[in-house]
Amino acid sequence: MNAPLKIVATDDPWAGFVAGAWQKAVDVRGFIQANYRPFAGDGAFLAGSTARTTDLWEKLGGLLKLEREKGVLDVSADRPSSITAHDAGYIDRDAELIVGLQTDAPLKRAIMPNGGLRMVQNSLEAYGFHLEPVIAEIWTKYRKSHNQGVFDVYPPDVLAARKSGVVTGLPDAYGRGRIIGDYRRVALYGVDFLKKERLAAFHEIDDAVYDEKTLRLREELSEQFRALGELVEMGAKYGFDLSRPAATAREAVQWTYLGYLAAVKEQNGAAMSLGRISTFLDVYFERDLDRGLITEDEAQELIDDLVIKLRIIRFLRTPEYDQLFSGDPTWVTESIGGMGEDGRTLVTKSSFRFLQTLFNLGAAPEPNLTVLWSTGLPEGFKDFCAKVSIETSSIQYENDDVMRPHWGDDYGIACCVSAMRIGKQMQFFGARANLAKALLYAINGGRDEKSGEQIGPNFAPVTGEVLDYDDVKAKFERMMGWLARVYVNALNSIHYMHDKYMYERIEMALHDRDILRTMACGIAGLSVAADSLSAIKHAKVKVIRNETGLAVDYQIEGDYPAYGNNDDRADEIAVWLTSTFMEKVSGQPHFYRDAMPTQSVLTITSNVVYGKKTGNTPDGRRAGQPFAPGANPMNGRDKKGFVAAGASVAKIPYQCSLDGISWTASATPDALGRLPAERQKNLAACLDAFAAASGHHVNVNVFNRETLLDAMEHPELYPQLTVRVSGYAVNFVKLTREQQLDVISRTFHASM
Amino acid sequence: MSQNSTFSAVARPLPTGRPAPEAAPIGRLHSVETGAAADGPGVRFVYFLTGCSFRCLYCHNPDTWKVGTGREVSLDEAIAEIRPYVGFLKRVGGVTLSGGDPLAQSGFAGALARRLHDDFGLHVALDTQGALGGGLADDWFEPIDLVLLDIKHADHERHRMLTGRPLAPTLDFARRMVRLGVPMWIRHVLVPGLTDAADDLERLAERIADLGPAVERVDVLPYHTLGAHKWAELGRTYPLAETRVPTATETAAAVERLRAHGLPAH
Repeated sequence: MNAPLKIVATDDPWAGFVAGAWQKAVDVRGFIQANYRPFAGDGAFLAGSTARTTDLWEKLGGLLKLEREKGVLDVSADRPSSITAHDAGYIDRDAELIVGLQTDAPLKRAIMPNGGLRMVQNSLEAYGFHLEPVIAEIWTKYRKSHNQGVFDVYPPDVLAARKSGVVTGLPDAYGRGRIIGDYRRVALYGVDFLKKERLAAFHEIDDAVYDEKTLRLREELSEQFRALGELVEMGAKYGFDLSRPAATAREAVQWTYLGYLAAVKEQNGAAMSLGRISTFLDVYFERDLDRGLITEDEAQELIDDLVIKLRIIRFLRTPEYDQLFSGDPTWVTESIGGMGEDGRTLVTKSSFRFLQTLFNLGAAPEPNLTVLWSTGLPEGFKDFCAKVSIETSSIQYENDDVMRPHWGDDYGIACCVSAMRIGKQMQFFGARANLAKALLYAINGGRDEKSGEQIGPNFAPVTGEVLDYDDVKAKFERMMGWLARVYVNALNSIHYMHDKYMYERIEMALHDRDILRTMACGIAGLSVAADSLSAIKHAKVKVIRNETGLAVDYQIEGDYPAYGNNDDRADEIAVWLTSTFMEKVSGQPHFYRDAMPTQSVLTITSNVVYGKKTGNTPDGRRAGQPFAPGANPMNGRDKKGFVAAGASVAKIPYQCSLDGISWTASATPDALGRLPAERQKNLAACLDAFAAASGHHVNVNVFNRETLLDAMEHPELYPQLTVRVSGYAVNFVKLTREQQLDVISRTFHASM
Repeated sequence: MSQNSTFSAVARPLPTGRPAPEAAPIGRLHSVETGAAADGPGVRFVYFLTGCSFRCLYCHNPDTWKVGTGREVSLDEAIAEIRPYVGFLKRVGGVTLSGGDPLAQSGFAGALARRLHDDFGLHVALDTQGALGGGLADDWFEPIDLVLLDIKHADHERHRMLTGRPLAPTLDFARRMVRLGVPMWIRHVLVPGLTDAADDLERLAERIADLGPAVERVDVLPYHTLGAHKWAELGRTYPLAETRVPTATETAAAVERLRAHGLPAH
């Protein structure tokens, strides 16, 4: 299908839309609410992939195979990336419907030394590439990076905590990400409109007091204005005039994508999420379908083609980074579905079309398709989601009923579980603090259980032979206070420097001028810490100390209730941990740029790395053994099945974890029911029940352990096998062997 | 290995008689499962009660055979375990009494079913082989919304070889459910070389068809080996160590054979 699309020249790109205040000032939500058509049907209308789509995807398949073998296919190491640094690039210019690549060739990665030169150098060397000497010289002699800025200010206790691993994964050497530009604005308004709006915002504060805040804001607005100009320039390289609004569905997809593309040319953030575009685009699809400009096949093709582009977003990273985050993640998260504040569903036909790409192109981790689940969603959509989950294990679910009261009905998910109003809110990403290790610090008076070094404050250690619950709990709470202080100091340092040296110009140009910022802290090791306290409380835990008096191991006598079995004796400890650490964080005296502190219970797959850095714990976990991911019960300890485990996780209050609570559940197909229709119905019913119980997030994996074992032995047979981990999906065959074994060791519910 | 040698190779001491009906509602549970999806309609909470009069060669829960084993619970304690899930279960499915054979503890099972049905309004399914139901009064079945009836083999002699017990009581039980108006899902485990012969399946289909519309569904369950390790843990030799699981094609063919008789087989 390479016939030129029938584009009707029209003077008014908004012709046919319901008019409103959205035409006067930027208000994408207002446009959607006035114009979208909720869809309550099922997936019967959907189109399969065309020969063009299949050919294009197969052509790319060859390159993807080469990339898997090499790790990195190619790098544009000759120039730092920017919105306009590269010429137009194509997979197959004549066959593509939606165009645009990060560099001038598919899977060729860009370098972004503003984050830190060493990260770029190490990444290049790891994959056999070399940096141009002039670039090294610029970022050594003339230009400072984010990474240098952070290390100029870090206090000693942050450096120590970072080294010991009680705080890990900080975005101090790479882009922080988790900022979603409202890319829809490019399509709806065109860039000229947005530039005018930015200029007006700039001049509104011409007469303000010129303090640091005002000066910073004025400089940022100027940078944003400039970035919008570069976006137009980049569009022109592909032959598009982005200065005007999109006039057709194809243009709307193209314009939105180019807005996003500008962001991923400029930033290599840890998560570069897309937002919530499907229902927005649906307005354009419906208009073109009404006008007879496109067919359903063509509509699906446009989405398929967009998704092909989103699947090949790449950043250059070190192998260590990939080990921490599993594979090669980009978190191109697209949020789908949900309900409107007026009670109408936000599900449209395009919500289905995005999910349909998992059938048309096969399973994949990216884009990170996220269904905003509500018990009020139309049944046809629920069933379709369940079907896609069962067949591809590629989607995650987040509870719209829990988030909507906080964030309205036009929020999107950044990364895995972080909700934010699109274009009105951003977060300062903060990785996470290791609660399990902090518990060991409490027992050892701030000494590290592995190195013996004094990392935390020199509090009195536990001295008795048997751990006393009240004693340990009081010491732990005090240690959490120390941890929160060190952690927030680190985050304040990081985000001050990121704004200074690695500012997200185009992403912030696609936000309102005045936004809500959150300081997104996080915790790891929740189930290990909760089970340890439960063991101390309900069984008898004896301490084994080494010759220096350091507690290095524990002996448990008797049984204890474990978190994840819907047993309040353990689950309430997990709730206490989450709410207590949040209190300690909130109690800190300062948050950069008046950010609102939040936290998540999310580890992605860094649960493996966290586990490595943590010694024996009082729950019986051995040193080095991986933690459970996110808010999951410890692997194998949730003995009552899927439903009880979900009930435990749902007890963690969203209110004290506003950045998300992640649960990953894996079940065998048989556990969901005997027949395909039953499996769909049962899974949808369980998702409803989890949502009704206020559970926040769940990854659903449906496959047999045997499939994974086979994929370990024969990776070439499973290039697209996708596994959901905490908040994210990965290509199973791209995981390290250690991570693969971790995934396989997780609880597989043979019944729900 | 011939089938006869398979049969004779196993030492399967049969229980000596029917357990006495309990005076107080005290039960013995092997375990509970909070979300089973293959034990009745929707997602189910399952009570696995210990005790069974059959000694099936392919049993995947041999650890539930003995009636005196398991965790002792009062009726209130058993009810307390399901209470947190009642809202969920009413939305998604219901509760299933399984085992073992729940009729081996008929006093407790009956009282439990009554409470679940009357107090919570839950859909209650009884997963049984039926043979122990003969002595129960009709009103015992009032709180039962559905019977999942296992018919292990359609041939009398081979039923006895497979389970150690006669087939007739199970068939009597099925006819009684028809008379009482309790709907049934018939379940038949397909074991290559043991239960999958064409004429046996034909006979099974005829027996089920005779029961009429009370049979809402027939499930052909492919034999699996997931319970084999339990035999070893109990110090027993797994009699079907040499038996393979049926292929998807074989299972589909068995389903088709039953469907040819107009049965709602899956």
